Amino acid sequence: MATFQLDIVTPEKTIYSGDVEQVQAPGADGGFGVLARHQPMLAALAIGQVVFTQADGTNHKLAVSGGFANVSGDGMTVLAETAEMAQEIDIERARVARDRARSRLSDRGQVDMDRAQAALSRATWRLRTCGAE
Amino acid sequence: MANLRELRTRVSSIKNIQRVTNAMQLVAAARMRRAQEAITSARPYAQQLDRVLQQLSGSVDPSSHPLFLDRGDARTVYVVVSSDRGLCGGFNTNVCRAGFGSVQADDSVVTVGRKARNFFGNRNVTVANDHADVFRELSFAQAVTIADDVKSRFLAGTVDRVFLVYNEFVSVATQQPVVEQLLPIVPKEVEGSNSEEYLFEPSPEVLLDTLVPRHVNFQVWRALLESNAGEQASRMRAMDNATKNAGELIEDLTREMNKERQASITLELMDIIGGAEAVA
Repeated sequence: MATFQLDIVTPEKTIYSGDVEQVQAPGADGGFGVLARHQPMLAALAIGQVVFTQADGTNHKLAVSGGFANVSGDGMTVLAETAEMAQEIDIERARVARDRARSRLSDRGQVDMDRAQAALSRATWRLRTCGAE
Repeated sequence: MANLRELRTRVSSIKNIQRVTNAMQLVAAARMRRAQEAITSARPYAQQLDRVLQQLSGSVDPSSHPLFLDRGDARTVYVVVSSDRGLCGGFNTNVCRAGFGSVQADDSVVTVGRKARNFFGNRNVTVANDHADVFRELSFAQAVTIADDVKSRFLAGTVDRVFLVYNEFVSVATQQPVVEQLLPIVPKEVEGSNSEEYLFEPSPEVLLDTLVPRHVNFQVWRALLESNAGEQASRMRAMDNATKNAGELIEDLTREMNKERQASITLELMDIIGGAEAVA
């Protein structure tokens, strides 16, 4: 199968750079898949997981916290403020973050509901990506 | 002339200081290398962010976003990035002075790092917020916290202009304090619009809304990285000088100590010779 260049970059470091066969990404308007020679596209990403398949058939998963996917003639770039490969996720920390977000959401007096909701969603996706639940 | 024992204690205490400054220099050098690497690893993200902006500007005018809105310069907030710890030469003084020189009567500051908080706290300047203890474990989340803080002030209309004041890491030998406008965003000339047929999902406007705040976050992150590398470089040089000075001091004191010891030996010899002559 034809491959294309995928780069996943965050402000802290480049998470992945290499050839892949296909990528699935959580678009803001629903998930989408990208194969080689896709039409150029700029898409906003939601909090969720990116799955890509390398040429040798191995699958990799990462949890991303929103951002952009830029598909152009020379490949695809995922820009995210945070992105973690499944094997690098700190399960304990994600659990703590999820519980904290849940308790904030149940407290009605909170002003920052959107933020707590986003935190909950980030933590849940991190746990789901590394297969902890 | 000081006596021998006093000199000996001074030499040994200076040697201890020298050991400490030397260790600090080595630690600062290692941290500086790491900080420089962090600057390098932020570069691909910056390039991609610029590319996305360029692609968007073909279909939507970026300056229509509220974070680009120029309301004149009535109230300004200066985000002054200093360090949490001292012993780094003129690093903090330079950046605080640069910030202090620009502050007008109605302006306020948001400080990053303990040193700037203390500096502005002692002067007649409104400190709107302070973010301390950022540099021990520098992460992008901290840049976002600071950026969100000033973005919400700007969007709420309590401030009309936001400046970043930080030390730019020019080279290991030079750190230059710079005052940069963060908000409203200064529109950059985008060269050459895109001719490719681009799909935008969901729409260029929504994409712009996602992009612009991230651009601001990244500017703050870059300032933190530059400042962090600069702090370590500045500390490295300060400690190198301190180690050298201690070496010179030790040399001078040792010379004096030897002179003193020789004098006392001569004196004792004279006593013995005098005694021997008296007996003979």
